Amino acid sequence: MTVTRYRPFLLILSLMLMLLVAGCAATRANTNDEQPARHTISEFSDQRFAEVADPWEGFNQSMYRFNYYFDKHLFLPVVNGYEFITPTFVQNRVSGFFNNLGEIRNFSNSLFQLKGIESMTTLGRFVTNSTLGLGGLFDPATSFGLTRRNQDFGKTLGYWGMESGPYLVLPIFGPSSLRDTGGLAVDSGITYGLYTVTAPFGTSDAAFAITAGVTTLEAVDTRHQQSFRYYESGYPFEYYMVRFFYNEHRKIEIGAADPANTPNPVK
Amino acid sequence: MKFFRILFLISLLLLPVSGFAADDGYGYPIPGSYEATILGTPAALMPELPTKMNTRQLVIEIMPDRKKPPIFYYDEGLRCTFAYQQKKAPLVFLIAGTGASDRSAKLMTMMKAFYQAGFHVITLPSPSNANFIISASLSHIPGDATEDAADLYRVMEAVWKQIGKDVEVSSFHLCGYSMGGTQAAFVAKLDEERLVFNFRKVLMINPPVSIYNSALRIEELLKQIPGGAKKQGIFFNKMLSKFSEFYQYGNYVAINDDFLYSIYIEKLFSREETAGLIGLTFRINLAGLIFASDVMTNSGYVVPKNRVLSPTESLSDYFLVSTHLGFLDYFNEYLFPSVHKQKPDMTKQAFIDAQSLRSIEGYLKSSGKFGVMTNENDFILTKADLDYLRNVFAERAKIYPSGGHLGNLEYKDNLAYMVEFFK
Repeated sequence: MTVTRYRPFLLILSLMLMLLVAGCAATRANTNDEQPARHTISEFSDQRFAEVADPWEGFNQSMYRFNYYFDKHLFLPVVNGYEFITPTFVQNRVSGFFNNLGEIRNFSNSLFQLKGIESMTTLGRFVTNSTLGLGGLFDPATSFGLTRRNQDFGKTLGYWGMESGPYLVLPIFGPSSLRDTGGLAVDSGITYGLYTVTAPFGTSDAAFAITAGVTTLEAVDTRHQQSFRYYESGYPFEYYMVRFFYNEHRKIEIGAADPANTPNPVK
Repeated sequence: MKFFRILFLISLLLLPVSGFAADDGYGYPIPGSYEATILGTPAALMPELPTKMNTRQLVIEIMPDRKKPPIFYYDEGLRCTFAYQQKKAPLVFLIAGTGASDRSAKLMTMMKAFYQAGFHVITLPSPSNANFIISASLSHIPGDATEDAADLYRVMEAVWKQIGKDVEVSSFHLCGYSMGGTQAAFVAKLDEERLVFNFRKVLMINPPVSIYNSALRIEELLKQIPGGAKKQGIFFNKMLSKFSEFYQYGNYVAINDDFLYSIYIEKLFSREETAGLIGLTFRINLAGLIFASDVMTNSGYVVPKNRVLSPTESLSDYFLVSTHLGFLDYFNEYLFPSVHKQKPDMTKQAFIDAQSLRSIEGYLKSSGKFGVMTNENDFILTKADLDYLRNVFAERAKIYPSGGHLGNLEYKDNLAYMVEFFK
């Protein structure tokens, strides 16, 4: 049991290692006579833009590449198959179901940030959609004016003043940071804890299989909802643009802990 | 371009737009040229478009013997998107604008509109997109309209060879936006000799009359920022902090449509700043072109000659250098010298002239298949350019009062006109 359970992870791990090693081995194989380029960085005295602290760029670039191949050979074919065989109506219901479960994460983290109104809104959404919305399949809460507020533990840490730390590209999950990776672990821990306590699928032998199935479906649905495709833009500097937008988007949405205390923004 | 728009408002959903419409019988709501260009069309003013289509993502090896450098490991051939009807139907090729891929947001909207109206559709990346430069360009150096057209034609033939047996096509059509519009005219001209497709109709959307002059006009936009293009990094970072401060002190829920809409309403960015952001977007696009072309030709322009970049090597410095090069740098130091090497008799002025619709004016006037669709306030055109288009295409020139450069492309009237043109 244990062996089969971990086989996919081993496979992924060895793939990642292979790519890492290949990446390192190929970094400097330049034996031919290099000549300096016509334009170099020394001639420009301007601020860098789209700049993000990225001391582990080598690793991150390897992961970015791994994710490209993982998407191409495994993830996207599965997602495409899912989209092909399931009617759009069903796809939307599946998304609604998992998005509703995600409200637990939104709720706990808006509590952690002591955001009273927001946590009540999120709780209201969860209750409404779980009941009237038939377990989240539909989203009547939004039409009642309860807008969704996405929260996670990475944002909570940021809200309480923790810096993002270095940029980090995670296998499969994609762009993240040291802080947000920690946050992801905490959120997953909470979810896992809730599953264990409530045991929604019972404790029988079938429970593991059901849990695995639900987790897989959740992963497929997450990728289905995410329209980003690695290198679809064809843009050679895509890595930097993605890094920049991830970082900036997080920074902006986390915001300051208490805007009222700093009325005059630093100029 | 694509990413920039994600941040700066690609999809303004469900905007309350009433009260904006100018009183000219045309309902596109954003009067300013630069604002329209960045904001595009609010989702509520787009037509209802299909969500599910029969599509195939094509990845075509145009030149199978071509060796690709390891840094472009993800480039496995030219990417095109094919949407097909299950019955006999006309087929329209769509050419993307500067730097855009076959799946750019604008092309996808156009594809849906044509598909809905019963066309087969094939979207093609712009010859200035890195994917095209790497996988489909013979010279790897985009910018010569005649050569770009020949490359595009070769691509279309290859696509047709791959899919021709699977679909029934009643007639072929061609359409392109921005630089892709001008290229469509050159492709159509080539088709008159080659006659593979015998295009029945050709529509150019917001095309430059002279590619060279229009590129310079976009570059001009960057001159309006403090310190000019050389200080675009400082400018960008300043705009960014403006953007995030506005968010933080406005108590917004997320970077969503409400937020982006209020940026426009509150006039967060001045006219000069908006112009600067457009110019900068152009530069970011151009950087991809310059870098891809330089790596493919090993010219030693921004990457040291003979250096082999590994797939995971940092490109950070190349990114900075490439974004600081302008269109004129590329033209004078890179593009024209390579042309001159091939054709020593060609003067720079003659080459510039050859990149203009004026160089094929006789053909455009004599052929009944062309139409043009553009805007009174498209900043890539001068007044003379507009008059020229009116003069050459007469009643086949559809000129809207507002929309800037491509801002109204996804507006329902525009899409309806576009589809109607080919019927």
